[in-house]
Amino acid sequence: MIDGMYPRVLFQNRKPDRIATLDEYRQNGGYRALERVLKEHSPREVCRIIEASDLRGRGGAGFPAGKKWLAVPEDGAYPRYLAANADEMEPGTFKDRVLIHADPHLILEGMTLAGYSFGASKAFLFVRPSYEGIVRIMEREIGIAQRAGYLGKNILGTDFSFEIVVHRSGGRYICGEATALLNAIMGKRPNPTKPPPYPTVKGLWERPTVVNNVETLANVPHILRNGPEWFKGLGLKEKTAGTKLFCVSGKVNRPGCYELPMGVPLSEIIEEHAGGLQPGSELKAVLPGGASTRFLTPDHYHVPMDFDDLGAIGHRLGTAAIMVFDRNTCLVGATLNLTRFFARESCGWCTPCREGLPYLRELLDRIENGEGKEEYLPLIRTMCAQLWNSYCALAPGAASPIESLLSFFEDEVREHIVQKRCPFPSVSGS
Amino acid sequence: MVPSRLRDELRESVVRAEHPREKAVDVMFALQDHYGYMNDRAMAEAAEILGMTPLELEELATFYDFIYREPVGKYVIRVCDSAVCWMNGLESVLDHLQSRLGISTGETTPDGLFTLLPVCCIGYCDRSPAMLVNRKVYGNLTGERIDEILEDLRRQAALSQRND
Repeated sequence: MIDGMYPRVLFQNRKPDRIATLDEYRQNGGYRALERVLKEHSPREVCRIIEASDLRGRGGAGFPAGKKWLAVPEDGAYPRYLAANADEMEPGTFKDRVLIHADPHLILEGMTLAGYSFGASKAFLFVRPSYEGIVRIMEREIGIAQRAGYLGKNILGTDFSFEIVVHRSGGRYICGEATALLNAIMGKRPNPTKPPPYPTVKGLWERPTVVNNVETLANVPHILRNGPEWFKGLGLKEKTAGTKLFCVSGKVNRPGCYELPMGVPLSEIIEEHAGGLQPGSELKAVLPGGASTRFLTPDHYHVPMDFDDLGAIGHRLGTAAIMVFDRNTCLVGATLNLTRFFARESCGWCTPCREGLPYLRELLDRIENGEGKEEYLPLIRTMCAQLWNSYCALAPGAASPIESLLSFFEDEVREHIVQKRCPFPSVSGS
Repeated sequence: MVPSRLRDELRESVVRAEHPREKAVDVMFALQDHYGYMNDRAMAEAAEILGMTPLELEELATFYDFIYREPVGKYVIRVCDSAVCWMNGLESVLDHLQSRLGISTGETTPDGLFTLLPVCCIGYCDRSPAMLVNRKVYGNLTGERIDEILEDLRRQAALSQRND
């Protein structure tokens, strides 16, 4: 299975060294969905088409996109807002960066169509500090789209007007959480808030607001152009719809971002597309969907990569960022690294997260450095269970790699305790 | 004091925004670029431009890790220390930078050119190990590559000093 075997949808205009221009985007059918939809479809019809396509959110949670748009009450207040999430701070994830660099107008058209579907007049594209290049590209391309009549007042001569602005983030992982992101845009301290009310009812400035990941939005023009059945047919299996951008990193020969059908086996992604494991490396574990997912063992090497198949074996697709760990990499060290990340990025709002994560980090640090004790294992399990009582999804996400470390690699953890040292060659200063 | 042209520009962008506070991070970034970091005077000026109290702005400044409330060097080097870079040689990247710059993580070189700080995953796992210098990303780091980058930055700094 080599490149070219599967249809490229989101990456159809991707070039090795530069973005696709507006003209190139148009040559391949770009903005045709917008032209047709504004003439032929009511906003509600657009929601129904997306609902029928089974498009699920690509940012991590997998919530059905059409259903989210339909959650905006028809009699809800105006103005309404769209927040396009390109924060992408989940370790291992870089698909939004590659996608925006490939085809910026695909994002702009998707945002405009999404805005039309629930009556929004303004969108914010939320971008993290390390993606400053994206800010510049998008601000420039927004201007180009405006001059071509695809954005701004009375788009394509209709009475639909829509504005897109780029919002720079000041950093911090929690800003990618939908409610925290809205606080960030409003210039408030970006702590999450707990629904209800949901942002679709009361979001930015108390108005109906939809938060979508940019990869989700990029699918929208294609679905509206080709129909929901076409989209469903892209998945490799029944009930898997569309393609997915898989980011592969770690001990593989060709780390990178690959667009493949939803439901493609993990083993195929690693071997055929990412070039297999590096010479001398043997697979030990995979984080299948970013840092907030559970370690997957080689027993599940052939699992189809989609929401339901991973869910059926107790795992999550998350952001589909596949981090590959080999036999020589210490998973206690890796988990310590992930836990340091989450402890640092906790917003500190609630106690289970603020207190629990440093506690777990400390226990893992002692084990990794040969000062672990047998009685730490039940302490870790208890504290991980407590993290599920926290206010938002950050701490339960942080618990996932730790819990799975103990479930599947307890022997490796014990070896550290018994030998009073890390049994692996040092890869880093953990 | 902030030059009046910059202040007017920022005021105008705040007026144009639907809600002034939307612009809080943009205004802080602009003043941070001017002063080098968000000192107390910059905080007061930013708050005034935004129509916020200094305390309201402090809530944001202390939250975001790209807002610096302490002096930093002209070039802030932020080394990604998340899982993939950790796996791919973070330790040797840090060792190399610390020895070349003669500082530890969290410190600034005595000439005020470089500050070394960690950063969470910057989304360049396909070019790991990676780091940011101010807003620019450098990936596939090796000792040799780091030396070239530092040399380039030193040259740039000397040039900009001469032009001042």
